[in-house]
Amino acid sequence: MKYTFLLLLAALPLPAKDSCLECHSQLEGDFQAPALAFRKSVHLQHGFTCADCHGGDPNADDPQAAMSKAHGFIGVPPRTAIPKLCARCHSDPNIMRKYNPSERVDQYAEYQTSVHGQRLAKGDTAVAACTDCHGVHDIRAVRDPLSPVYPLNLPATCAHCHANAAHMAPYKIPTDQYANYLKSVHWAELSKRGDLSAPTCATCHGNHGAKPPAVASVAAVCGTCHVFEEQLFDKSPHAPVFSAMSTGACVVCHSNHAILKTSDQMLGGQNAVCRQCHETDSAGGQTAARMAGLIQDLQNRIVAANDLLEKARSSGMEVSEAILRQTDARQSLVKARANVHAFAVAEVNTPIQQGLAIATEDYRAGQAAMKERNVRRAGLAVSLVAILVTMAGLWLIIRRLHRSRA
Amino acid sequence: MHPIEPRDRGKAVAAWFQDRLAWDSVREFIAHKTVPVHSGTIWYAFGGITLFLFVIQVITGILLLVYYRPTPAEAYESVQFIMTRVAFGWLIRSIHSWSANLMILSAFVHMFSVAFLHAYRKPRELVWLSGVVLLALALAFGFSGYLLPWNTISFFATKVGTDMVTFVPWIGTTLGRYVRGGDAVGGATLTRFFGFHVAVLPALTSLFLLFHLGLIQKFGISTPPWVKKRARADAAKPAEMPFFPDFFLHELMVWYGTLGLLGVLAAVFPWELGDKANAFASAPAGIRPEWYFLAPFYTLKLIPGHVLGIEGETAGLLGFGLLAVWWAALPFWGARPDGTVRSKLVTGAAVAFLAYLSTFSLLGYLR
Repeated sequence: MKYTFLLLLAALPLPAKDSCLECHSQLEGDFQAPALAFRKSVHLQHGFTCADCHGGDPNADDPQAAMSKAHGFIGVPPRTAIPKLCARCHSDPNIMRKYNPSERVDQYAEYQTSVHGQRLAKGDTAVAACTDCHGVHDIRAVRDPLSPVYPLNLPATCAHCHANAAHMAPYKIPTDQYANYLKSVHWAELSKRGDLSAPTCATCHGNHGAKPPAVASVAAVCGTCHVFEEQLFDKSPHAPVFSAMSTGACVVCHSNHAILKTSDQMLGGQNAVCRQCHETDSAGGQTAARMAGLIQDLQNRIVAANDLLEKARSSGMEVSEAILRQTDARQSLVKARANVHAFAVAEVNTPIQQGLAIATEDYRAGQAAMKERNVRRAGLAVSLVAILVTMAGLWLIIRRLHRSRA
Repeated sequence: MHPIEPRDRGKAVAAWFQDRLAWDSVREFIAHKTVPVHSGTIWYAFGGITLFLFVIQVITGILLLVYYRPTPAEAYESVQFIMTRVAFGWLIRSIHSWSANLMILSAFVHMFSVAFLHAYRKPRELVWLSGVVLLALALAFGFSGYLLPWNTISFFATKVGTDMVTFVPWIGTTLGRYVRGGDAVGGATLTRFFGFHVAVLPALTSLFLLFHLGLIQKFGISTPPWVKKRARADAAKPAEMPFFPDFFLHELMVWYGTLGLLGVLAAVFPWELGDKANAFASAPAGIRPEWYFLAPFYTLKLIPGHVLGIEGETAGLLGFGLLAVWWAALPFWGARPDGTVRSKLVTGAAVAFLAYLSTFSLLGYLR
């Protein structure tokens, strides 16, 4: 019985031998670096060895035998061969499902449709291959915060090439995308609020099949998140016009990489984006001004109701119902702002009127609460006078009693 | 036949009652009842203020009962209804909450004034003991009533409070389950606390209050030893004033003042309702109990995880239990002849206890 444990231990599978890792770990400098990096990789965690990519015999202790071509050793694979090399496993559902049954296996197919993949196929080795984004030996899972393709790190990873003017010069494409993206509301959501679902480069351009979105499909790309705005825009008078002008719909007003937080000033005021195309007294200019006016009106009413309700609340009045109802008024404001994408006053006016009705009712609730507070205080004053008069009367009686005894 | 004068008819009715109730003796008793007059007479008012506030509690509590519903689904809404829809409901609820707090404050002042005026000495040991029980009942009223509006703060404060109960040595787990009506604060806790608040505690309080007041009637209001001593030195009787009408009118004046203060607090600082309790929400930051539980609450926070091999909370509760017993037993260890070192030590101990309660309450509030 006492040998059972030893027998069970002996029956356990031994870890696969990896003579490459053993030897290179003991070397120095550039020979050692890949071995050290590989120790951090997701591949090593799942039992892969150096030989799975580089070939050779990981069971041989003799370096000559381990790195012999007879055993399939390929050394450093050429850049043009890297995607296909990775695809040997990553495009094979039978291999990938062992590690993650829902893992996608179409990355290589997508890559071949990308600008990167197409140029690489033509022999341009300056474009990105798998290892340029995912790392070489220290490849980590995408969900690992240290991975270069983790959402928070991805923009900097793309910028590694795309913000490099020398690298981009042959392609004649700008290099300010990263700097602009860092100003955007998308980066603010990602980096400040920690919302990992906020858009990064890959969200709009695709990841493995990276390509700039076609002008005609910009609205659809933005619409993957901004669904209502896209639907409204598609029905708006701008949709056919922008299409005829071959301009990327959303980009005209919101820019592409430097997508700033929207404000009502985009619609009305001196720096309104509408002024880029519409004169102030034109029909379009007047529509924009009316929509801006409606939104501003509701905004002002909500703020006024909020201020009054807060004043009543801090005076101890029970106005929680009205405060809760203010959420509906704010929802109407959000809806009205989204409806601007229909570029029609009627579409904006409907939620505005709903919001105004709520905000007005809440303002009245605040007024009633403040009136009630004043009534209470007046009642208190009258009661206090009555109490003080009674106390004074009692004091006089007590004094008369004391005097009569004295 | 001459018509009967109204005055004669009144006398006849009074005589009818006199024959059956012999209330002359009561009138005689009140006429001869006196109260000592000295620099500390003002402190006697706090017993009366506490009683007055208790009466306010009973009246406003009964009025709140008309609309209050003790279930998690309806408790918050019913209090909200009282505050927004019922005529003067806001006033009734605010006065109930403020008078509860003022009553406990007044009871503490009354207790320490009795301690410092040495009114707990023979033959008034049972007056002191029943007073301590009444204060404990008032704290239980506060703890049980705090949960009834079923708002976020009260829910989590009750959770913390009932969690502490589970640290009572030996019976903690069972006691905790009994108090909560289960393993966690929920609907069963609310109905249980409601039952305690409107039935069990009022019944017990009424009994002890009658006992307390009966003993005060029996022994009268005490004269502090130093007043007696000074009078003996002057070969005179200690100064006194008639209970009725002099002291009674003083009391009435103080009660009117208290009523005015209650009105100001209720109208200018109405008791807030807060947000409805949500058992699935996380506890709000800086959650703390009512002010009268802050001293033990803050002390427990300072006690290390383990003390002499027992859990810190258990050690703390044992300490509070011993402190309460020590304080309740004041008439038995504190009745020392005046002027002696022991007597001064007793006064010093009472000052230290008061200083501990005030300082730790303040620290608990500020941190």
